[in-house]
Amino acid sequence: MLSSFGNIAIFAGVAVGIPAGTLGLALLLGRLLRVRRPHPAKDDTYESGMSTRGPAWVQFNVQYYLYALIFVLFDVEVLFVVPWALAYRDLDKGYGFAEIALFIAILLAGLGYAWRRGALEWE
Amino acid sequence: MIADLAHFSIGPDYWWVVLIKGVIVLGFLATAAAYLTLAERKVSAHIQLRIGPNRVGPFGLLQPAADAVKLLFKENTAPAGRDKLLFWLAPALMAGAAILAYAVIPLSGTTNVNGYALHWNMAHVNVALLYVLAITALGVYAIFLGGWAANNKYSLLGALRSSAQLISYEMAVAFALIGVVILAHSLDLEEIVNAQQHAWFIVMQPLAGLLYFVGALAETNRLPFDLPEAETELIAGYHTEYSSMRFGFYFLGEYVNMVTVCSLATALFLGGWLPLIPWIHSDWLGGLVGVMWFLGKASILLFLMMWIRWTLPRLRYDRLMNLGWKVLLPLGLLNIVITGSVVAARAAS
Repeated sequence: MLSSFGNIAIFAGVAVGIPAGTLGLALLLGRLLRVRRPHPAKDDTYESGMSTRGPAWVQFNVQYYLYALIFVLFDVEVLFVVPWALAYRDLDKGYGFAEIALFIAILLAGLGYAWRRGALEWE
Repeated sequence: MIADLAHFSIGPDYWWVVLIKGVIVLGFLATAAAYLTLAERKVSAHIQLRIGPNRVGPFGLLQPAADAVKLLFKENTAPAGRDKLLFWLAPALMAGAAILAYAVIPLSGTTNVNGYALHWNMAHVNVALLYVLAITALGVYAIFLGGWAANNKYSLLGALRSSAQLISYEMAVAFALIGVVILAHSLDLEEIVNAQQHAWFIVMQPLAGLLYFVGALAETNRLPFDLPEAETELIAGYHTEYSSMRFGFYFLGEYVNMVTVCSLATALFLGGWLPLIPWIHSDWLGGLVGVMWFLGKASILLFLMMWIRWTLPRLRYDRLMNLGWKVLLPLGLLNIVITGSVVAARAAS
């Protein structure tokens, strides 16, 4: 007898073990059968035939960080709403609804603030 | 909540039963992914007035096998400047996360086989919905790390776009699903399906269903949201540098993800295994019929995804982010308020 997450652990074992085994066998077979003609040009970064300039690991648009920041905030808020949704049937409806309406109003105010400050504008 | 968390599992689960179920589900997912590639090519061909693959076996039915052999025997090239560990790990993570999410999806209702409660999923978890959302979210890491590890500018751009897109739509999806949780009063997928005995949730939650489906298209990087790949501008996006079986794993992950989101949509909105034509049979045969209903409904959704892919053009990136943040997210919040007030009004009357 196992707990449910024990079941998931077994499945994880299957899901990793069988593909890994198959892949190992396939790679072994592949190594024996696969064409292998190494050439320095084959190890180049692919840029449609142009030779690359500089590394790809460079600074990128700050907008991505803004989305990530807002995401972290809102994703945590979802987790606060889930227990409420589960308990809603047993709550006093007026009280329960007023509570979540207030919560969502605050969320919307936050979204509105980010929107107005231009955090959601892509440039 | 605490009391609920105390009894996770109903009835004994023997480890060998779980093992057998795991092997079957893994085989099913791999086969489904392989044949979805064929279905995709057939559907696209017919939409474009072509025939599609028809040389390998009858109706091209052996094409997936031929593709797999081809992928294995292709030379495995990799860019010299890559991050070696992540370049190896990311495709495996993609396929692994996609497959693991399927562990809790119930293909049919619990059936009584000689006194043994047979669950039609790997694990009967009472927070199944959160589990699926959490595991599918791991796919973001696979795409971002994979694109970054390749040390290719196009890959990096694809990976950045992808992670921003995935997290944005993931949140809209999560808010949309709250309405379902309110009505079903549970996060357990089996109980959510059982709560739809009288009416499917697509009838009671049409807005949430629509939001979920749009979000699912974005989460699986399907057109019109396939910005991470956008082959006309980014070559192949995050998996430009992946070849041979590494590419195969990304491909497998993408198609298994499609199966997962369509199965989840079936369980949440289309009544899961509940039949349209009543069929009362309590033993394993009844369970198997339920599986057929479930897969039938999921197949319709899969076809819908392919139809959309080959009909609609790609969105521009700023439009995509605007749709996620300025339309889907407020609509998701609105759906919570509407559902909450309707439930409150019905309780009062």
